[in-house]
Amino acid sequence: MQYMLMFYQPAAEFEQRDDASSQAYRASWIAYADAVRAAGISLGGHGLFPPMTGTTLRVRGDKRQVQDGPFADTKEQLGGYFVVDVPDLDAALEWAARAPCAASGGVEVRPVFTATAIAAPTP
Amino acid sequence: MNAPAAHQAAERAARESYGRLLAILSARTHDIAASEDALAEAFARALERWPADGIPAQPDAWLLSVARHRKLDAWRHSRVQDDATQTLLLLAGEVDNAAGTEGAAVPDERLRLMFVCAHPAIDAAARAPLMLQTVLGLDAARMAGAFLTAPSTLGQRLVRAKARIRAAGIPFEYPQARELPQRLQDVLDGIYAAYGTGWDDVDGADALPRGLTAEAIDLGRILCSLMPNEPEPLGLLALMLFCESRAAARRSETGAYVPLDQQDPLRWNPDLLAEAERCLRRASEMKALGPYQLEAAIQSAHCERRVGAPVPPEVLVSLYEGLLALRPSIGAQVSLACALANARGPDIGLRALEAIPAAEVASYQPFWAARAHLLAAGGARAAARQAYDRAIGLSSNAAVRAYLNAMSERL
Repeated sequence: MQYMLMFYQPAAEFEQRDDASSQAYRASWIAYADAVRAAGISLGGHGLFPPMTGTTLRVRGDKRQVQDGPFADTKEQLGGYFVVDVPDLDAALEWAARAPCAASGGVEVRPVFTATAIAAPTP
Repeated sequence: MNAPAAHQAAERAARESYGRLLAILSARTHDIAASEDALAEAFARALERWPADGIPAQPDAWLLSVARHRKLDAWRHSRVQDDATQTLLLLAGEVDNAAGTEGAAVPDERLRLMFVCAHPAIDAAARAPLMLQTVLGLDAARMAGAFLTAPSTLGQRLVRAKARIRAAGIPFEYPQARELPQRLQDVLDGIYAAYGTGWDDVDGADALPRGLTAEAIDLGRILCSLMPNEPEPLGLLALMLFCESRAAARRSETGAYVPLDQQDPLRWNPDLLAEAERCLRRASEMKALGPYQLEAAIQSAHCERRVGAPVPPEVLVSLYEGLLALRPSIGAQVSLACALANARGPDIGLRALEAIPAAEVASYQPFWAARAHLLAAGGARAAARQAYDRAIGLSSNAAVRAYLNAMSERL
């Protein structure tokens, strides 16, 4: 089964990224990403620039509305993602629990649409 | 008795009764879900009333009579005809007739229930939560976090397991003599799994006064009381009590991770330690060694520091070798490597680690932490750093990550 692990982080954590005193915090993310790759389950993933660098576009009627910032104004924002191929949801949750932001923000785990996932009967 | 203590005592009594009644209803009907439904309201009411009103003299009879009133009403209104309800009404009648006679009116069938919950036909992941739910009455929402699943998922898993027990006709009987060792092992593993989930939840948001570790210990105590002549349940109980005695010492005042060999023995709980030693002694008097007794003996050896008499490192090597012979596991292999390193030097330990197939430890955090530690002790700084990074990436706990990071920085 393929799952997307979406890493949601509180605003303060985005500021920690380039704060000199947060070397350990950055190292923990690098170590986590390396562990995911070393386990041979990664189908790719990226870290994202902070939410305020985002731009949201909506088309309403024939008008394009372009706005600065993230789509939803929530306390926790998407900071990155991984797509992993693991046997089941329990294994995906185990990897989600290892993400450094699991304790401060949260990780959303969602199955990825694949040909096999669609063909699989729902249990 | 102060309010929290009264509350705890009432809750414990309500659970004790609930587990016994659920066990006997299920044993007669083979339908755990319907038995739970039949008892649910009475149990909820007991948890509401007993802390304030005190525990009734006959808790089982109290629960049965409340359940019976509810069920009779429902029966009149909707003609509920399920087996569990009928059995409950019969049982309530029996208890009423026996009221006034001394002794437990309801026989204790909880052991049968435990064997059913840990039956090989039940999904291994469902065994621990199923035992906690049926024997102690914990609900899925309360357990889900510790088992790292969503409450709805855990709920579904439990529903499926109960349906399977009914559909597959899993017998509510003691296992045959030749099956007993393996089946008992499954029960012990289920209880220990429940303990482990609670143990990992050390910094969890589980603000409840009693974590799952205490619940698992309760299950262990019940099992020991129901099988007083089996050594392994005592071994498991001793193991859990040793671990529990050190629970508070695992974090410093500031919340930092403290490894076992640096813990302050004064912060270990002496009552739990003494009880653990008593259980282990009772088990060893039965002269039938098993893996849980060995694991408890290992914990006992770790705790000897407290009395200023550390156990010689070679003794731990022998204990781990014995454990591996009885019950091979990756965890025991990694622990043996660390024991070898302590006794004979880091290179010997590293060699033992390298003998474990790489695929089996790719995502096993303790292996990488041990490897980093031994490489660092041998002065291989670059390789140790890499192993620390891997261990950090596989940790799911911020305090552990911070500790490993500090160790790596110190190189």
